[in-house]
Amino acid sequence: MLEVDVQQRLGNFQLQAKFASAAPVVALFGRSGSGKSSLINLLAGIAKADRGYIAYDGEVLLDTAAGIDVPPEARRIGYVFQDGMLFPHLNVRRNLAYGENHVASGDRYIDRDKVITLLGLEDLLERRPANLSGGEKQRVAIGRALLSCPRLLLLDEPLASLDSTRKSEILQYIELLRDEFRIPIVFVSHAVEEVTRLADEIVLLDRGQVTATGGVEAIMGRLDLKPLTGRYEAGAVIEAVVASHDIANDLVSLAFNGGTFIVPGVGALVGERVRLRVRARDVSIATVKPSGISILNALPGTIIEISAGIGGVGPIVEVRIRIGDAVLIARITRYSANQLSLTVGQPVFALVKAISLDRHSVGFA
Amino acid sequence: MGFFFSDAGGDIGIILLSLKVAFWSAAISLPFAIGIAYLLARRSFPGKTLFDAVVHLPLVLPPVVIGFALLLLLGRKGPIGGLLEQWFGIVVAFKWTGAAIASAIMGFPLMVRAIRLSIGAIDPKLESAARTLGATRLQVFATITLPLAANGIISGTLLAFARSLGEFGATITFVSNIPGETQTLPLAIYNFTQVPGGEAEALKLCIIAVLLSIAALAASEWLTRRASFNTHSAERRHA
Repeated sequence: MLEVDVQQRLGNFQLQAKFASAAPVVALFGRSGSGKSSLINLLAGIAKADRGYIAYDGEVLLDTAAGIDVPPEARRIGYVFQDGMLFPHLNVRRNLAYGENHVASGDRYIDRDKVITLLGLEDLLERRPANLSGGEKQRVAIGRALLSCPRLLLLDEPLASLDSTRKSEILQYIELLRDEFRIPIVFVSHAVEEVTRLADEIVLLDRGQVTATGGVEAIMGRLDLKPLTGRYEAGAVIEAVVASHDIANDLVSLAFNGGTFIVPGVGALVGERVRLRVRARDVSIATVKPSGISILNALPGTIIEISAGIGGVGPIVEVRIRIGDAVLIARITRYSANQLSLTVGQPVFALVKAISLDRHSVGFA
Repeated sequence: MGFFFSDAGGDIGIILLSLKVAFWSAAISLPFAIGIAYLLARRSFPGKTLFDAVVHLPLVLPPVVIGFALLLLLGRKGPIGGLLEQWFGIVVAFKWTGAAIASAIMGFPLMVRAIRLSIGAIDPKLESAARTLGATRLQVFATITLPLAANGIISGTLLAFARSLGEFGATITFVSNIPGETQTLPLAIYNFTQVPGGEAEALKLCIIAVLLSIAALAASEWLTRRASFNTHSAERRHA
């Protein structure tokens, strides 16, 4: 359980953040300048709060009223910086050992060889950071933080400086951290794909304030938060389980409690939990179940909200459709909505092309 | 050889004394210079600008002023010098140790500047990273800050060393020009230019001074390059 209630003034910028979360993976999400990194620095103790309280698993790390401020080296919170921050004068082996050497033997619960194997660092050990690629640096940085045996791992935009191939590679390693080492993670991101793929809970930040806290589906599906979340592609996130794999056609069925999605093979195994992101513009609406159509996914649901767009004008409306416990968002033209005379409470079919759900839409939950 | 060492004992004595004074002036400055450079590069405190100016004062003041101030403070009748003699029996006035102090002060700003620049060039996030990995402030300083500032520490030290070899004004004012005790190379050269027929001797010492300075600069260059090989420009080696 992480409890945070802090205030910090940096020039004209006022950070005032209060949230609590017990989720395994929490994302601090917001556009640049929203105070995400300042907040994570306060958690690590490498920046000073003007006033505030931070506790993790019942242990008070900061309480300005009581004069408690545990120094960063005693917090046992790992930190992976945006660009790795590997020590340039030490080779990879000694970078990895740096944190490990400062851990009391009783607190050591992470095995060095396992970290080196899982992160694929065997061949890098004698290299200097200057001779590593961006992705390699980030892997070493993750390993180094891990070997300091932290109780909580902070990641500050760990993918920001990587190209898209490296990004998905490092994302897999972060998923590994969560699943293999079971370390709770708080990470900072301004990229909606990263957040929906990794996070269980989102702390949404805007201009130094926490605007909303909650599950990924809840936050991403809220139309009123769209000005903050929706600079990116609007969409919904659905948790599902791989139900079957049609090998002949390389199609995968993803079951959730409102039905089944059929998507092209995404390399997931039957029984695995996945997280599916469905973009609002890939969802169409039909009032009757269509036939003679190539679209594979036609899911019955109920309209729960129709948003009229900014100021109630413009050619596009967004429709939220409840399907089981999940909510899909459909972006359609105002004209279509009027033609079909859509109203809240109306049963409809949400249509999603299978090919609009690709490898990038599916993350491992 | 005959030309160079006609007064062999004297010449070698002058060179050795100069090297001794320069060595000790750099050595005693170093810990203070590192501390002050760190303060100036990393901390903010009230009066920092004034403090910075005071540190740099020897760079702009006439050396004679520094020498005279030292004479007033550290002379046997001076407030500090008197106490030193009374409590520890230490006298620095008109001794080679005084010459070392005078050139230490003259070279100090150069040393601080070089070290401060190299500390300032270290990303503070590297130090933060080390702390999140469990290292205390002091451990971070020893294992991250100092090694990464090695370049500046080496070049600053050699700069101060070379500056000390050339120190004249503060030294002659504070500890005078005593052969065998405080007469370093520049003072000896000055001496020979003041006596008739001393030009040859002065020229010889000048050549030695040039050679020593070149050697110090070359050593600085070589050491700096070695230190940087160990850190930033390692990729050049592997490319």
